[in-house]
Order: sequence, then C-alpha cells, then structure tokens
Amino acid sequence: MIVFSNVSKHYNDVVGLNTTSFQVETGELFGLIGPDGAGKSTVMRLLATLLLPDTGSITFNGINVVTDYKSVRKSIGYMPGSFALYTDLTVKENLEFFASVFSSSVEENYHLIKDIYDQLAPFRHRRAGALSGGMKQKLALSCALIHSPLALILDEPTTGVDAVSRVEFWNMLRRLKDTGMTILVSTPYLEEASLCDRVGLMNNGTFMRIGTPDEVVKAYNKTLWAIEGGYSHAVLKALRRYEAVHAVYVYRDKVMMSTEANISAEDIMEYLKSKEIEGASVVRATPDFEDCFMDLMQSHTSVKHDRTDKHG
Amino acid sequence: MPIAQLFLFGYAITTEIRNASIAILDNAHNTKSTELTNDIVSSGYFTIEEEVQSYQDIDDAFRQGKIKAAIIIPSTIGSGQIPSARIQILADGTDPNFAAIVVAYISSIASRVATPLSSQPAFINVEHRMWYNLNQRSVNMFVPGVITFIMLLVSAMLTSISITREKEMGNMEVLLVSPLKPVIIVLGKVVPYLILSMVNVTSVLTVALVFFEVPMQGSYILLALASSIFIICSLSLGVLISSIAKTQQVALMMSLMGLMLPTILLSNFIFPVTSMPPLLQWISVIIPAKYFVSIIRGIMLKGAGIGVILNDLLILAGMTLLFIIISVRKFKIRL
Repeated sequence: MIVFSNVSKHYNDVVGLNTTSFQVETGELFGLIGPDGAGKSTVMRLLATLLLPDTGSITFNGINVVTDYKSVRKSIGYMPGSFALYTDLTVKENLEFFASVFSSSVEENYHLIKDIYDQLAPFRHRRAGALSGGMKQKLALSCALIHSPLALILDEPTTGVDAVSRVEFWNMLRRLKDTGMTILVSTPYLEEASLCDRVGLMNNGTFMRIGTPDEVVKAYNKTLWAIEGGYSHAVLKALRRYEAVHAVYVYRDKVMMSTEANISAEDIMEYLKSKEIEGASVVRATPDFEDCFMDLMQSHTSVKHDRTDKHG
Repeated sequence: MPIAQLFLFGYAITTEIRNASIAILDNAHNTKSTELTNDIVSSGYFTIEEEVQSYQDIDDAFRQGKIKAAIIIPSTIGSGQIPSARIQILADGTDPNFAAIVVAYISSIASRVATPLSSQPAFINVEHRMWYNLNQRSVNMFVPGVITFIMLLVSAMLTSISITREKEMGNMEVLLVSPLKPVIIVLGKVVPYLILSMVNVTSVLTVALVFFEVPMQGSYILLALASSIFIICSLSLGVLISSIAKTQQVALMMSLMGLMLPTILLSNFIFPVTSMPPLLQWISVIIPAKYFVSIIRGIMLKGAGIGVILNDLLILAGMTLLFIIISVRKFKIRL
C-alpha cells in the first residue's frame, strides 16, 4: 500500500505538489490523470525516492520512503517519462543490463515479462534506439519488471505511442495487476482513465478528485449541452460571456457547455439569437469522463482566478 | 565571458619575458662583472634565483627547474689583458621559444655593457647553449603538453559528458532507483575512460618517441605513476563537473572554459606563466595541468628523478584527493 499524507513539494518558487494525501491499495491500478505540469511526475518521483518531500510523509508497505529509501528502491520498478534505455545496446543487452543492475537475471523472472518479451523477441538483436515508440515502451516496461518488483511506477508510458500499441500496453498492465502487483501509472490521455481501477485527477499540484472512473462521472452535478452548427468560433466566443455558463470548450466538432441545472435549451437558444448566431442546435448531452475532467479543470482554474482577484 | 577571454588572452599570450629566473656564475668578481650583473637584474626581465658557485650548482638548479637560464661570466672579463671575453649563456631548452628569447635579451644587455660610451670595439662575445634540447626542437616541448591535453580531454571532458548524458536521457533516474551504490555508478562510468586514457598516453608516447624522436631521459615507471595520478585527477574533475552540470551542453562548456582554456594558457604548455601578470600566476597555481606539464617535461627531457618531481607530484596527488572528496560528496543519490 502506498500512503501519501500531507505531502508537499516545491521547486524553488514553483509548486510541484500542494499539501496532498492519498492512498493506493495493494494490487490496485491507480491512474494519475492531468495536463502537463499538474504534478504527476512529482508524485512518482517522490515515491521512487528520487525527490525529497518538503513536508509530510510517504510510506510504501509501511516503509518510510525518505529514511528507508534503500529497501524501497529494491521493491519498486520505475519507468521514467523519458525513454530511459541504452539506445546503443540491443534489446537483449538492455534487459540483461537492467537485470544485473538489480542483481537478478532475465531467466529468473522470465514469467513476468514473457507476454511482452514474446513480442520483442524478433527484434532482440536490434539496437533499442532503432525500435518503434511502442516497442521501446514495451522494452522499458520489461526492464522495469525484470527484478519482480512489488509495485510499478510508470510515468506517462503511453505518451507518443500509437493507438494500437497503447491498447496492447494497457492490456499488459491489466495482466500484471492480476498477478497482484500495485501499479501507479500517469497519463495525459483522458480516455485511458477508464482502464484504471481508480484515478486521481490532478491540476496545479493538487488532486481535484480521486475515485473510480464511474464515481468521477457520477459526481458530475452540472447540465451538459452540446451545441452543433453555426460558426463554432463565434458560438464559443458568445457562450463564454453567457452568465449562466460554467465551462465551455470544443470537443470533437461540437461546442460543449456545462451550466447549472435550472437552465433550459430554450434559454441558450434565445441567448445565441440575441448574439446574432443562427442555425445552432442545442442538445442535452450525457457527460463522459472527458467532460467531467474539463469541468473540474474549469472550476479549478476559476477558483484560482477568484482567489487572485481577491488578493489583488 | 568574451570580455574575460579577451583579458585572459591579452595577458596570457605574450612572447615577452618578465621576471625569468636565472643564475649567474661570476668567475671574475670585478667591477665589470658586477656591472653586467646589475644591468641584467635591473632590466626587470630577470631575477636571480640561485647563488651559484660552480657548474654543478647550475646543473642542479636546471634539473630542479629552479632556473630558466644561467649566465657564466669568465674570470677574464674586464681584466684588460685579453681583448675579448666570452660570456656563456645556458638556457633551458625544454621550452625553446622562451629560451630563445632569454638568450636574445641577455645578449643585447651584455653587448650594451661591453660598449659603454666610447667607440671601443666590443670585447664581450656571447655564446649560448641550450640544455636538454640542444637543437631547440619545439616538438620536444609540445609533446608533453599534448599528452597532458589529450589526457585531460579524454578523461575530464568525456567523463563529464557521458555522465550528464545519462542524466539527460533519464537513465540516471533508473540507475539511482536501482540498488546500485552511487560509487559503483560513477566507477562504471569512469573506469572505461581510465583505460582509454592509459591506452592514449601509451600510444601518443610511442608515436612521440618513435616518429618525432622526442628524448626519454627518465624512468618510464615514474612517468606511468605520474600519468596515472593525473588521469585520476582529470577523471575526478570530470565527475565533479557532471555533478554540477545538468545538461551535456553545460558540461561541455564547463570542460572547455573551465579546464581546456586554462590548461592551454596557464600550464606552461605554450606560454610561460612567469611572464604573466601576478593575477594569472596566482590562478595558475590551482591548475593541475601546470604541475603535470612540469613533471612530464622533467622526466622526459631532463631525466628528473623522484626527488625532483616529488613536490609537484604531491601537489597533484593532493588536488586529486580533494577533487575526489568533493565529487563524492556532491554526487546526489536523488534527483
């Protein structure tokens, strides 16, 4: 079990993580979701003993990550955001190198990486630098797994990877989770959230919400509208000034808007007409995970703005 | 930075000599010889470093690197019996450029003393000889410098760049998270360059001895010992740079500006430090290459033994130890 209690981390003046507490249960696949700079990597590096928290405490299976970092390092597998393999070594050599670094051997834990390695096997004598993005990430995952860690920390493993490889990668994570491994994974792709047991939505160094993907969607308490037709830029501009609006953004080819529950489609149509926008249709939409995230982002940012206004 | 470079080059690269250490063996001890001595000293170009009484003293002073040149005034000077006297100048040929300038300066001072006011014909002849490097071959001077330079380049620069590359690529994160001890990580990076530098020194030395016929007067074992110390010193400097620099570019700039430039300018490799302003002379004290250049020239060209180079060797070893301690302490077990 991973426990963060009242942890904060600053880089000089920049906030990496505001005072934060959360837990990841043993055997859970926990996703950290948020835009760049939200604090996902900070959480992972703190847990991986690479950073020291300014305040608070972090424990992994009851072991203090700060004072007993050596035993934590032995029992976690960490895959950093950037491709952290030796590009001039072959696939096989990379695996063997990382196995020896963790005083293990490829044979010893072959069962863990078998699934992944089977796909890599045809390229085992190819240099890691010459692999495709998806293959690189699979190899990096194999290297992080080679010492049979109790927990995996994966920092944006699917960023820059093609859609097919991403699906395969997540299937692997599910299978690893089924072996009882705790997995903490971060991603900027919202659609990957539904593949996690629980997610933490992050922004500006804090968790906006933590829960199962369903819980996050259920917690949505606004009314969502999809506005189609019309010149979407003009629609967007007009709706931003609409006083009942909560959040407005473009999603696929529609303009999405969330409002308080007491607003009707007619109200919105009327408002658009008053702004001389014709031919737009306003339809109630069912919120999905993306909408919830965008809504949370919006309220999070506006709360921040309000605060700065008050201070100013 | 460019301004600093301009000052550095402007002051460091000078072919003038200032306060060069010399010895005068006065066999005459009369007014003429004293006049000559005073003129040489008051010119400001030379300082008398050693009181010498015999040829043996001069020999010792040269071997220990205390003096750059020696002037031998014959007993016949100013005696009037013999119309001409021959002044001998011995110059340290391990630095041919410098030696040639020293000889030229002393010759002109001597001839000025020789022809005071009247149109008396010159009665002083100056004859000069280069010690250690009779033909003033500049290759003899450059090879030790080049060896120093290559060792520094391979050891310090490549080490610092290869460690910072690990940082940049994110490999360092994984290595740090692994149970490996920091010492092992650093050793893993350093040992290949240690071997590479050893191979480099051997090959450069072989080429120098075989193709350029650079003399090797001293002990190979001593040379190997001194080289090893200097390589370790450079490697620890490389590790030190990599613990400060975050990117390869920064590491490269730090190696170039912080190590290469001072080494070329302030190590006596090309330009004699003694002719530079006091500030640069003080700075040169902390340049490890300066001591190594002096050691390697001593061993190769003068056949200096352990006794002569011990001082430089100890300073170098001390610096090495200091750099190792600092870089080990600076090496972070976290990001």
